Amino acid sequence: MDKILVGLKRVVDYNVRVRVKSDGSGVETDGVKMSINPFDEIALEEALRIRDRGEAREVVVVSIGPSDAQQQLRTGLAMGADRAILVETSSAPDPLTGARILLEMVNREKPDLVILGKQAIDNDNSQTGQMLAALWGRPQATFASKLALDGTKATVTREVDSGLELLEVDLPAVVTVDLRMNEPRYVKLPDIMKAKKKPLDQIALASLGISTGAVASVTAFEPPQQRQKGVMVSDVAGLVAAMKDKGLL
Amino acid sequence: MVKVLVIAEHDGKRLNASTAKCVACAAAIPGADIHVAVLGENGERVAREATSLAGISKVIQIDNAANAYPVAAVLAPQIAKLAAAYTHILGPSTTFGRDLMPRVAALLNVNQISDIMQVLGSHTFKRPIYAGNAIVTVEAPAGHPVVGTVRMASYRGVDNTGKAATERASIGVELPKHTRFISLQAGKSDRPDLQTASRVVSGGRALGSSENFGIIFRLADAIGAAVGASRAAVDAGFVPNEMQVGQTGKIIAPELYIAIGISGAIQHLTGIKDARTIVAINKDGDAPIFEVADFGLVGDLFKLVPELEQALKS
Ligand SMILES: Cc1cc2nc3c(=O)[nH]c(=O)nc-3n(C[C@H](O)[C@H](O)[C@H](O)COP(=O)(O)OP(=O)(O)OC[C@H]3O[C@@H](n4cnc5c(N)ncnc54)[C@H](O)[C@@H]3O)c2cc1C
Ligand SMILES: Nc1ncnc2c1ncn2[C@@H]1O[C@H](COP(=O)(O)O)[C@@H](O)[C@H]1O
Repeated sequence: MDKILVGLKRVVDYNVRVRVKSDGSGVETDGVKMSINPFDEIALEEALRIRDRGEAREVVVVSIGPSDAQQQLRTGLAMGADRAILVETSSAPDPLTGARILLEMVNREKPDLVILGKQAIDNDNSQTGQMLAALWGRPQATFASKLALDGTKATVTREVDSGLELLEVDLPAVVTVDLRMNEPRYVKLPDIMKAKKKPLDQIALASLGISTGAVASVTAFEPPQQRQKGVMVSDVAGLVAAMKDKGLL
Repeated sequence: MVKVLVIAEHDGKRLNASTAKCVACAAAIPGADIHVAVLGENGERVAREATSLAGISKVIQIDNAANAYPVAAVLAPQIAKLAAAYTHILGPSTTFGRDLMPRVAALLNVNQISDIMQVLGSHTFKRPIYAGNAIVTVEAPAGHPVVGTVRMASYRGVDNTGKAATERASIGVELPKHTRFISLQAGKSDRPDLQTASRVVSGGRALGSSENFGIIFRLADAIGAAVGASRAAVDAGFVPNEMQVGQTGKIIAPELYIAIGISGAIQHLTGIKDARTIVAINKDGDAPIFEVADFGLVGDLFKLVPELEQALKS
């Protein structure tokens, strides 16, 4: 195949314990570490492996978001992507708008395969890949843990609630990846240097002529209910007694 | 008029417990008239089962050979067509619904409200973000259909005292052939189902091997519990993926959750927040799991778990 398109979203690093601001106006994101959405790193790793096996020619990474998302695209280039595109917006869009923007990138780039994460760990929406596939009128294989290409088809192993599902899709298609697909590579210093010379196109959202549709508005943020720390028991007999006391046994 | 269409999840034979939970969520929408759609190859049996869901007024049975196995690209255009008569379309936030519903939403030109945990009004919902570290209130745009997935741990299913009628329907839309179901490799177990069990015992990386995981299974069997695992235990190959509990696994709400040799990473805790009682056994007294456990016991699991099994058996 010729080309694989990979979506990289800039999100709060998964190690950060996100907190709701005390005035309930949002979550604390000032000064917190930002990273590539972990699922997207896996999506990129998979694309790179496909290319490095000689099954694809080029891997293009796309991010939609503020200009700071260039950092994540540079990381993607350092991992090995050939080119990057930033669709610049004031903040990351809602999934439907994101899918429309990705569709426009698909129409321009004509990839044979689009690999996205199964969800972005900030809003936990898990919608964009399915929506892109719908708007594009192409197959989707979500929550993938294995991807095998065979000419004009792909066979995808999906992690579903009841086990592992095997799905065959015609290309082009959208695949969204789960965590067990692969272990992303570490970026080495020379790769970071090399990545500085790779092309990174910036496109203004306005130039795409995409109108955002009706968007749900967030009207309040609150912290989740906290569980109370319970009691420590000293032995199995104590544990059994405590459970019996609470009517659990 | 609030008309809610709930998309049934089933395996061709039985209704999944997720459907009753979706109906419970639908019933919380003020003034809702609720229909349940069963898309299958020969959905008669499942449709009949669905007629007993309390609070619904109709089951719509859509039979089509293409619906033999749920493929989102095939189901979505049918549901999008049906949706014209409804204000709300709900599915479960299981892998079935999470795969399907956003495709439906895109065809209807709306965003989806993912993981609804509470209904505040016909267009106002609460849902978790950042792995449950924040809860947001979202207002879906008026004048557009609401497409949502229902967070399973937030609802108890409605009971089966209903007596709705079934209506057969056929939907004239062209269905794509570009996506083909090949097979499902399902873990076979006669243990309780992880997502609906009232008791769950989970093991983590500390178990060390799939043989050692046997002690988790034995403890679970002693109390009739389902078995779960941390991601680390699944990644290491001790147990299959469908047993994973957490942000990227199953989000559960049992009466009793026993975490053994699990540190309590935030992504794991996301999956058990709604458990009524959490018990933890870990050799590290500072493990974060103890911050949320109702009862904690510090020590070596290889000694304590068999002891506990004996105590519970007798
Ligand atoms: C995007 C993302 C999503 C994720 N999703 C999930 C998810 O859905 N579910 C999930 O579980 N994780 C998830 N994780 C992984 C998570 O961050 C942790 O890595 C994982 O939960 C750790 O599993 P564990 O507790 O079994 O292992 P560890 O963290 O290694 O903990 C092992 C524990 O066992 C204890 N121990 C060791 N030996 C013994 C003994 N002999 N007796 C008693 N105790 C012992 C140790 O003290 C330690 O606390 C996710 C991570 C990311 C980045
Ligand atoms: N702003 C964005 N930029 C690039 N890719 C994105 C963006 N938003 C979502 N995606 C892709 O879509 C996947 C699912 O996102 P979501 O639907 O928001 O959970 C992510 O893992 C990314 O691969």
